[in-house]
Amino acid sequence: MDPIFLAEAAINGILLGGVLALLALGLNLIFGVLDIVWIAYVDLVMLCMYAVYFLSVVYGWPIWAAGLVSLAAGALLGVAVHLLIISPILTSAPINQLLATGGLLFFLQSAATFLWTTDHRSVRLSLPSFEIAGIFLPATRIIPFVISIVAVIALYVFLTRTYIGTAIRAVSQDREAMSLMGASPQRIYIVTSAVGGLMAGLAAALLVFQYSVHPFFGGQFGPLTFMICVLGGLGNMVGAFIASFIMSEVIAIGGVVISTEMGYVIAFVIFIVMMFVRPGGILAKRE
Amino acid sequence: MSRGRLVAAVLLALLLVTPSVPMGGMRQYVLHVAIQIFIWSFIGQAWSLMGRFGLVSLGHGAFLGVGAYTSALLWNFYSLTPWIGALLAVGAAVALAVVLGIPCFRFRVIGHYFGLVTLAVGEVVRLLIIAERDWTGGSLGLTLKTAGSDWSVYAIQFADKRVFYYASLAFFLAGLWIWDRVDRSMARSALEAIGEDETAAASVGIRVTRFKLGITVASAGLTALGGVLYAQYISYVNPDTLSGIGVSLKIVFAVVLGGMYSLMGPLVGTALTTALSEGLRIAFGLKLLGMAETIYGLLLIIFIIFLPSGIYGSIRDALRRRSLDPRISA
Repeated sequence: MDPIFLAEAAINGILLGGVLALLALGLNLIFGVLDIVWIAYVDLVMLCMYAVYFLSVVYGWPIWAAGLVSLAAGALLGVAVHLLIISPILTSAPINQLLATGGLLFFLQSAATFLWTTDHRSVRLSLPSFEIAGIFLPATRIIPFVISIVAVIALYVFLTRTYIGTAIRAVSQDREAMSLMGASPQRIYIVTSAVGGLMAGLAAALLVFQYSVHPFFGGQFGPLTFMICVLGGLGNMVGAFIASFIMSEVIAIGGVVISTEMGYVIAFVIFIVMMFVRPGGILAKRE
Repeated sequence: MSRGRLVAAVLLALLLVTPSVPMGGMRQYVLHVAIQIFIWSFIGQAWSLMGRFGLVSLGHGAFLGVGAYTSALLWNFYSLTPWIGALLAVGAAVALAVVLGIPCFRFRVIGHYFGLVTLAVGEVVRLLIIAERDWTGGSLGLTLKTAGSDWSVYAIQFADKRVFYYASLAFFLAGLWIWDRVDRSMARSALEAIGEDETAAASVGIRVTRFKLGITVASAGLTALGGVLYAQYISYVNPDTLSGIGVSLKIVFAVVLGGMYSLMGPLVGTALTTALSEGLRIAFGLKLLGMAETIYGLLLIIFIIFLPSGIYGSIRDALRRRSLDPRISA
């Protein structure tokens, strides 16, 4: 196999990893604070992608404006999910929490099918491609990568330098102690859900560059996102960031060497193996 | 005969004569729905063998898919009778359960992590089926090749739905029996102890890995058997209906809705979700594509939020509260 193809796949893997990191970090943020895995998280991304599609293709908005709306929509959806579904079941058994968000997954996918049919839609953007040393790097992959890295840095700053960001980190470390400290849990949950939703909205705006929009997008990226989070250690932000790139590299290189589906299969198998080697995630401390 | 047994006997008798009751043109449909309910209750019962002890698997689609596709592929390519195919299918699912279970349980993968690992396995099976589309048929699925006649015991293909009705009823009853055996066994106490506190259980001498592996293997094998039965009845296998996150979640939903810790829970839950989806399908048909599933999802969310101990559990608790003697303080 021509090493150029491998190099290209490796670089594409990194570029994809950036966007996957957004998804993983958003999901991890919510899990770290609320201890609930939003099984329907990537379906929120799907909804925001539809928003971007309709605004930019059907109504002719410029792409950056549609992207901003996607951010806002994501944040609003995050808060809505929290208030309507998560709040009532905060104290239920974990399996019920899983099933509630699972029900949301069915609901969102079917509602999207009902409203917009299963047709794949694309936001067609003609952007240039750059060639470096024989490797083709399309702008449709570079721009999302750059923006996602900026977003990750922004998230880091938010979590470490702002008051509410620090409160969020405190809650994810010890939820009961937080109410003892006088902080309001409800406010923290809402902000966390909003930020998680915002990441989803941003990821949607970036993914729309490369992937087509359809109701079952969640099925395509959902399991992968969960696996990245678990691989990095549920709740562990740095771990999720690293794991995103590991998985995206495996998928990209596996996709080129064998086939697209086998790339995913290998990634999932690696995930399963890693679970046995390091059940707490790759950055977990040895017990 | 105690009252409970009398009721059970009457119900059983009713179920046995149902196919002979005159129903006009509706019989085929009623039998079809009943068969679906029995098969999926059987599968749900198998899942609940793990679920009730805290081993919540979100990837039982893997065992379903491995089971159904093993026997289907062996029949289509080698004309191997599904009777043997089913044994091999169960073997394959058991092998998968062991390969997964040993590392999982030895390394204490539990809770959220276990759920997500099983989810990964379910998806791996689905993706493998799709990836190897040259011989599995991929996303388009695989139709079981016909045995050429209306009644073939060798191929387990029957045009008469009543055969499948009685067969699935038999499986369902067997599933109930197995569940009951586990419920009365020492294994149950051991597994409940493990579910509550693994370390404490190990410290009193309970072989944690062995018990967990045992119940997982049982659950996997029975699920695979259910998959084979379903494949034979429908004569068609498809990676999205028999593997992956969708079907796995549906199984879990039905059991939790009906009540995970009770004998009849899986049946109640499966009957309700089947009735719900059939009812919605009839109401909407193909007119508003996706509307039926949307309402289904919405109702599931509402049920989970408002009926946390499942329908069967909630009714049972309500009845129990009513029957408490008012002279004795609670």
